Amino acid sequence: MIGNLLYIIFSGVAYGVLLFLMSAGLAVTQGLMRFANLAHAAFAMLGGYVAVTLMNAEGWPFLLTLPVAALATALFAGVLERLLFRRFYNVSQLYQIMLTVGLVSMSVAAVTYIWGSVNQPVRMPPYLSGSITVGNFDIDVYRLFLILAGGLVVWGLIWGIESTSFGAKVRAAVDNRRVTASCGINVDRLFMSAFFIGSALAGLGGALAVNLVGLSPTFATDFLVYVLIIVTLGGHGSMKGALGAALLLGTVDVAGKYYIPQTGPFIIYALTIVVLFWRPHGLFARA
Amino acid sequence: MTAIEIPSPAQAPTTQERAHRVFAFTSRWRWEEVAFWLAAVISIVVFPTHLVLIAQVLITGLFALSFDLLVGYAGIPSLGHAAFFGIGAYTAGLLARGGWTEPISGLIIAGIVAGIAGLILSVVVSRLTGIALIMITLGVGQFFYEAAHSARGITGGDDGLSGINIAPIFGRFPFDFYGHTAVIYTLVVVFLLYLVARRIVNSPFGLELKGIRENVRRVPAIGVPLRNRYMVAFTVAASLAGVAGALLGQITQTVALSSLDFNRSAAALIIVMIGGMGTLIGALVGAAAYMVAQDRLADLNPVYWNFWVGLMLVLFVLFARGGLIGGVDRLLAWVRAKRNKA
Repeated sequence: MIGNLLYIIFSGVAYGVLLFLMSAGLAVTQGLMRFANLAHAAFAMLGGYVAVTLMNAEGWPFLLTLPVAALATALFAGVLERLLFRRFYNVSQLYQIMLTVGLVSMSVAAVTYIWGSVNQPVRMPPYLSGSITVGNFDIDVYRLFLILAGGLVVWGLIWGIESTSFGAKVRAAVDNRRVTASCGINVDRLFMSAFFIGSALAGLGGALAVNLVGLSPTFATDFLVYVLIIVTLGGHGSMKGALGAALLLGTVDVAGKYYIPQTGPFIIYALTIVVLFWRPHGLFARA
Repeated sequence: MTAIEIPSPAQAPTTQERAHRVFAFTSRWRWEEVAFWLAAVISIVVFPTHLVLIAQVLITGLFALSFDLLVGYAGIPSLGHAAFFGIGAYTAGLLARGGWTEPISGLIIAGIVAGIAGLILSVVVSRLTGIALIMITLGVGQFFYEAAHSARGITGGDDGLSGINIAPIFGRFPFDFYGHTAVIYTLVVVFLLYLVARRIVNSPFGLELKGIRENVRRVPAIGVPLRNRYMVAFTVAASLAGVAGALLGQITQTVALSSLDFNRSAAALIIVMIGGMGTLIGALVGAAAYMVAQDRLADLNPVYWNFWVGLMLVLFVLFARGGLIGGVDRLLAWVRAKRNKA
């Protein structure tokens, strides 16, 4: 009983860290520019495919593919931001949705064209597979790695937002973009940096997700809902809020699949609706 | 002492008269509308081998029309509108399976069921904006898809419902193999609902919706209950989408799981964008363009079709936000300006 509970919490936290990495970028950029980027999960998918291709076709070691996946995703997203997204910051949200839904549609088709619609096989290096036994527990090594490595990134991110001058500027711009700009801070460049970092995290999250949830062209739409739920429940632009929402979502999802597998993702949707009834501005939103 | 002249009504119309004139002007039949419906009738005569396609264009048009009410008028972006289409389709299919084979009452019941689902959902939706709103509509869409997928006993899961028997219309006109009855039935139903939608958007209620779309803060300030209007718009749109789904189920005598697909919600988005948002007729014109293109490119793998759909969406939103109807209007205005100059 206790063992099961510990297993669920362990797996849930690992999953939650992963979801947080995929959502953090959107939470910040949404908070900064109110730009509804529905292609954010597609960025994560791109990171996944970059990592898988480097491993399978080029024989790169897994750990080395991670920074490359993050960087490649960030560069690609950065180009999109300069060419397309920036034209849409001051228009109706409807057009933002249309633009990014179009991009998601294109990305799914392009990925199918290049890699096919089958699930991509990955082989983890031996030091990241299998499990170690501590007392009565079998601890999955990859999930442990996710919690430790992901946790490090999360800590770095929250530290960066809370304790650096860059983070202070970002927080200021999230609270009030116009006043921040009038203080002489270049909000456009600030946003570009935030978008770059956020996309890199999405790419990293996508690369790390492959071993846990698989990778196929539906990744971009499957995880979109989760990413949006986290950003909504976390409240605009709040890192800690998004982290809390991601951990909650990860744990509830794992628990739901463990105890009542036939309900599928229903529990997540039901929980989200209940929470939004109770707190329409998010679970962790400031009043 | 008669220095103050009281203007007679003939010179200065009262507010009420002015309002009537505005509504009469905005609700006039535009030539695009006349042209579309004439083309629809003519195409049935000219293309007797494509009746099924014509019926499907009209049904997709009705679905897109309901989406336009939501997006183009009330300004509520939804990524899960297919849920109501699917609810309508499954309601009609299950009714017919259960022995209720009369088609028209089947449509009405499907519309009511979808409308109730929309009403329930609108309680949540009307409280949200931005990302939260998109998330909830997307989530609800996925929810219904998953529900229909796993409830195999009721919905048939992946296989859907097939072999639905529908009684003849008015007990006299049976659904034939060539689709004659189906296409006329569809044409009449869609046209009548088009009139209803037209009436709605050209009423004071429709004006309030447009006001909400243009400025969501100012409209409550002049006394319009925002939540109530959101809820009504959402319910009406859901109900119309449900009728569209029911129509498709009845004329094809099957209900596929794809009626709840995310791709269908996305298709509504692209159709409304192609046709011209907030014009109603744009939804029908866009549906015709979309469905004919899809039919021509039928050999294309559906996955690659999605690529071109996505590209079109991006290009339209970048360069032609008025859609086809907006483009035609601009062209006409240009021609008229030229003629006036000459």
